[in-house]
Order: sequence, then structure tokens, then C-alpha cells
Amino acid sequence: MENVLTVENVSKNYGNFTALNNVSIAVPKGGVFGLLGPNGAGKTSLIRIINQITLPDSGAIYLDGEKLQPHHVHQIGYLPEERGLYKSMKVGEQALYLAQLKGLSKAEAKKKLKYWFEKFDIGNWWDKKIQELSKGMAQKVQFIVTVLHTPKLLIFDEPFSGFDPINANLIKDEILKLRDEGASIIFSTHRMESVEELCDNIALIHKSNKILDGKLIDIKKQYRTNQFEVGLLSNTIEKETLLNEIKEHFSFETAATKSFYNDLRLIVSLKNGETSTDLINFLNNKAQINHFTEIIPSTNDIFIKAVGENE
Amino acid sequence: MNKLKLIIKREFLAKVKNKSFIIMTILSPLLMVGLMMLIIFLNEKNSEEIRTIAFVDDSHVLASVFTNTETTKYVDLTALGLEEARKQTEANYYGVLYIPKNDSLVNLSKGISFYSEDSPSLSLISAIENKLERKIRDLKIEQLNFDIEKIKAAETKVEIASENFSGEKSSKIGSVLKMIAGGGFGYLIFMFIIIYGTSVMRSVIEEKTSRIIEVIISSVKPFQLMLGKIVGNAMAGILQFIIWMISAGFLMFVLASIFGLDTSATSPAMGQINPEVMQQAQETAMSELQIAFLEVKNLPILTMFFSFIIYFIGGYLIYSSIYAAIGAAVDSETDTQQFMMPVMLPLIIAIYVGFSVIENPHGPIALGFSLFPLTSPIVMLMRIPFGVPMWQIITSMLLLIGTFILIVWFAAKIYRVGILMYGKKPTYKDLYKWLKY
Repeated sequence: MENVLTVENVSKNYGNFTALNNVSIAVPKGGVFGLLGPNGAGKTSLIRIINQITLPDSGAIYLDGEKLQPHHVHQIGYLPEERGLYKSMKVGEQALYLAQLKGLSKAEAKKKLKYWFEKFDIGNWWDKKIQELSKGMAQKVQFIVTVLHTPKLLIFDEPFSGFDPINANLIKDEILKLRDEGASIIFSTHRMESVEELCDNIALIHKSNKILDGKLIDIKKQYRTNQFEVGLLSNTIEKETLLNEIKEHFSFETAATKSFYNDLRLIVSLKNGETSTDLINFLNNKAQINHFTEIIPSTNDIFIKAVGENE
Repeated sequence: MNKLKLIIKREFLAKVKNKSFIIMTILSPLLMVGLMMLIIFLNEKNSEEIRTIAFVDDSHVLASVFTNTETTKYVDLTALGLEEARKQTEANYYGVLYIPKNDSLVNLSKGISFYSEDSPSLSLISAIENKLERKIRDLKIEQLNFDIEKIKAAETKVEIASENFSGEKSSKIGSVLKMIAGGGFGYLIFMFIIIYGTSVMRSVIEEKTSRIIEVIISSVKPFQLMLGKIVGNAMAGILQFIIWMISAGFLMFVLASIFGLDTSATSPAMGQINPEVMQQAQETAMSELQIAFLEVKNLPILTMFFSFIIYFIGGYLIYSSIYAAIGAAVDSETDTQQFMMPVMLPLIIAIYVGFSVIENPHGPIALGFSLFPLTSPIVMLMRIPFGVPMWQIITSMLLLIGTFILIVWFAAKIYRVGILMYGKKPTYKDLYKWLKY
């Protein structure tokens, strides 16, 4: 797959502090790329370098195969984590100004703004000042300003902070729509739970180093634990006996899950060579299986594990 | 380039549309003219006030001095004696002058005292002193059997007409004019730097606190933003000054014609600088006025004009970029104090030096500070009307331009880093570190 953005061996130091240490990532075209890491890991430093706000000490960045140049800012839309608007400026004027700074002509900007304002049903905000709007309302304006110039690369740094769940959902849907329309999206967050449903690819940054990257599915496969959660119902054998019999063949522990039926919930870890079919066949002879699922690690688990391995 | 234009336009409009800007622009000329009218009014009131002064002359030789004038009247209470005269004065008069009894003329000047409710005005006291000195001198001369009339006839007044080697005449009026021209220009730059430099700083802080800064600099270079801000604010300032000049002139004209005030006779600034000159000017009004016109023509107007523009731009750019850097370094205006002091210092020194420059326009202090780029925009402008050698002007301007480039470069570095720094109040050490990022 072609990459919209390639970051090659980028390092950045602030005095004695290393913000990025030889980081390389590749962002494929037309997907959502999760840039993950705890606070202070270096995500924002990397994003600022991509936006040409700061320059890297070493390394190179390519946008669509071209070495990053000043005019590329027109092809990038950036919603920073620290964001805001001029408080005493009118919404419309402000949006026009910011759009023109991104290289749109005034007429073009007006046309596009009209479309978005109608879409979000905020047409009557045009002459309001930002200070008259609520925080959530201002965030909507901010979002529009970010995507208005239809950039090929969109960078969202913690986009959902400051939104209530309804508006967060609205924004999420818009982000996915933009992806479907062909934009590539970098989505930076330290909240792993929001990653699962959005991201196709991820990179984990921890203490200035990239410690993991790739397709989310591949990473999950790589981190699979071969553990299965099973639920067993049995009328014929006592639970104790059943447990003893399973213990002879598989290693397991009791699951914490409370079940709707009064069944036996176990987490079984398969050893090398054992397959899920072996487990099903074995259990099927002993009791009725009413639940069988592979435990897939969450991004959060993967993150914690990856960080632990790199400590 | 196009983006810079956009930024300048926005900064200009943001400043001009601001309510406080509009109010300041409209109110200031009114206030200024109002204040001037008030000063003129009070001056007239003050001189209309008549003081009555009692005196007790126990020497019995000085009483003839006390003749009534337009503003001062004298009452002879010698008959009452000092004690009673004091009591009377407390109730009725401004003050009482006591001249003790004295046999010898030599000691006559000693022990004269003035009693009043609060400290008397200095001009009044020195006027009385003058009268007494003259009288006592006359008495002494008389005692020595000299002819007073002859001595008076021998007194001479000398006025030196000075002229420089290229034949330009100079006069006291001319010096005053030069002071006003130079001082006015210098002071204008000083005010402009402080008002609009601070305004640049505020605008930077606003962008930081509203957190829009990162959105903007993902579209434009920080340097462009800083420059746009500085230029936009300067344009708003120039507009404001032009409006002030025009409306103040217009208001003065209107008010002067309404109240029929003779504005030419009431320029207090001139009077304060040199009352003697004023007095002379009034004595020989016509000829002095002609000299004044000639002097205006003699001023190096072209040099003054062009150097004003260059020093204005250079000085403003240097200081406003420092202000921008300060704004970027801090989170709120209250944190700016520690950095403001070193910036204000050279400006204030420049103004003080400027006033001494007027006394001695070509001395070493004047030369030094008019070459030093942080003070030269003010000090050099104050010197130029007195005639400054070309090499000094050129050296000073080159230094100014060099410093300007250096400071803008440093300021831009601090600005670039500072605008993205939140939370910690930076120290000078931090700023030094930022230069190396």
C-alpha cells in the first residue's frame, strides 16, 4: 500500500531533553492511523514536526513521496490538542481568515464554509463572537476550520476532549466520512479505548521511542495469548469433578465474569500445539458449551505489555 | 507574502475595531484640548487673583518700595508693630513682611522675614527680594555720594548674535524652536513605542491564552505572524495618531474661535522652558516673530523628516519585537513585569538624556547615547535640529539597522519557542536556552 506520509529516523532534542529518538513511521493512504502513547511520550513533538511548526534535528519526512516543504501546509489539516479561536472575533470572519491562511481563496472559503455551516446546522452563528459560544459549539467551529480546505492528510490530536458524547459521536462520524472520501487521518490519543473502532494502523510511542507499529489486526494477532473463555453447563457431573478432569489436560483459571446462567466460566490457556478445536472436542464430551470465545487483547493491554517489555 | 498581508489586515482590523481603541481615538483629542483649555483657564484665573500683603518696616527707609501692582497690593502696618500686624494679617491678608530696625545700611538686608498661613509662592518672595535688593543698593550708592542717575546711565545690556560658520544665524528663539522640534519628535517616538509595543505584546499573549496560536502556526511561519502583528499594530497606531493630529487641530481651531482665546500667547510649554525668551519676545513681538519664521526655515527640515521616519521605523521594530518576544515567553500579562523593566530602562534613560542633550547638543553624552541603538531613535532625533555631522547620523543609523536585524532574529527565536510553552514562568536562563533550540 502506498503511504501518504513517511517519517524517517526523526530525532528532536530540547536542550538535554530528548523528545523523539530516531522515530520512523509510515502512514498508509486512506485510513485512520493511531498515534498512541502516554502523555509526554513525544506524540505532539512528532505532530509539530509533521506540521512544520518545529524542525527535526535529524531525519526526513515525506508527504506523498515529496520531501516536506513549506507549501505542504496547505495539504495538511491540524487540530491541535491545545486549541482555541480568537475570542473577540466573529465566527465567520475568523473561519474565513483561517481558511485563507490555508491557501483557499476568499470565495472558495465562503462557499465551503456555507456547506459546513449548513451541515452542522450552525448558519446563524456567522456573526456571533466566539466568546458568546459554549465550549462545545466553539469546538465544532474549530473542527470545520480544520477540515475546510480538504487536506489530504488530517491530524487530530485528542479530538474528542471537550466534546460531550453526542457531539463526540458526530465528530467521529465526520472523521470516518472524511476517510471514506479519501483523506488520510492521523489520530493521536492516550485514550486507547477510542482507538479500537477507528484505527486501521497504529504506532506506539513511549519515552521518545517508537516501540510498536503496524496494522492493528496484525498487532493484535501478534499479541494473542491463546486464551479462551469458555462457559460450561452440566447436569450430569459435579462441577468439582469436571474441573479436575479439565485440569488433567489443560491449564486454566476461573474467569471473573458473572454469567447469566449459573454456568462454569473458565479461562483456558492453550499450550503450543494445542488448537481451539482440541479444546472444543474435549469439552464437548464432558458438558454443554454455552460460551466459547478467544480472548483478544485490547489496545490498552497491548500497550501496557509493550511498554513493560521495553522498560 | 500573501499570508503576511492577511495577517497584517487581521491584526489591523482587530486593533481598530476594538472598542477601547475607538474610545481612545475619539476621547484623547477631546481630553487633550480640554486639558489645555483648563491650563489656560487656570493660568488666567491665577493671574487675576490679587494678593494683599502687609508690611511692618521698622527701618523706616524701605517703605517706598512697596507700590501696588496689578496682582499684588501692599498695606503699611508699621504703626501697629509686628505682633498686632501678624494678628491682623492672619484674618485679612495673604502675609506680612517684617523688616527689623537697623541703624547701618550694611546690616539692613539681614533679619527680614515673611509670615504667612502656608508657604508663600516662590515667585512672590523673589519679586519682593528683588525690589528690596534694588532699593538697598540704591540707598548704599546714595550714602557713598554717587549719582544714581549716572550709574543707571552707565548700565549696559549686551545681546550676542550668534552665527555659525556657514552663515546661519541662530537666536534664543531658534534654540527654543529646535528644542520643541527635536523634543517633540523624540517624545512622539517614545510614546509610540510604549503604547504600541505593549499592544503587540498583549496581542501575542491573547493568542497564547486563547490557544489559537498552534492553529495559526500550522499555516504560517511564526516569524510571519510576529512581523504581521508588529506591522498591523503600527498601522493602527499611525492611523490613530493621524486622527489625533487632525481632530486636535480642528478642535483647537474651533474652541479658539468660540472662546476667542489668543492661543499664540498661551503656549505654556514655551513659557516654562525659558520665560526670559518669552518676555523678550513679547517686548519685541514683531521682530522676534519674524526671526522665528526664519528659524523654522533654517531648521534642517528634510534631514529631520527623513531621519524621523528611519528612527521611527527602526526604533519601533526593535522594541516591538522585544515586546513580542516577552509576550511569547509568558502566560499572562502579570508575568511580564520582570522582563518589562530592562526594556523600559533604555527608553526612560533616553528621555532623560534627551533633556540634557538640549543643554549641550554636541557633548560626549549626547554623542554616545545618540549612537547607542537602543536610545538613538530618541536622543538623535532631539539632536538633529541643532545640526549633527552627517557621519554621526549615518553611523547611528547603521548601528540601528544592525541591531534591529540582530534583535529581531533573537526575538523571533524566543517567540517561536515561547508561543508553544505553557505553564512554567520562564527565567532569563530559560530564554537563553530557547535561543539554542
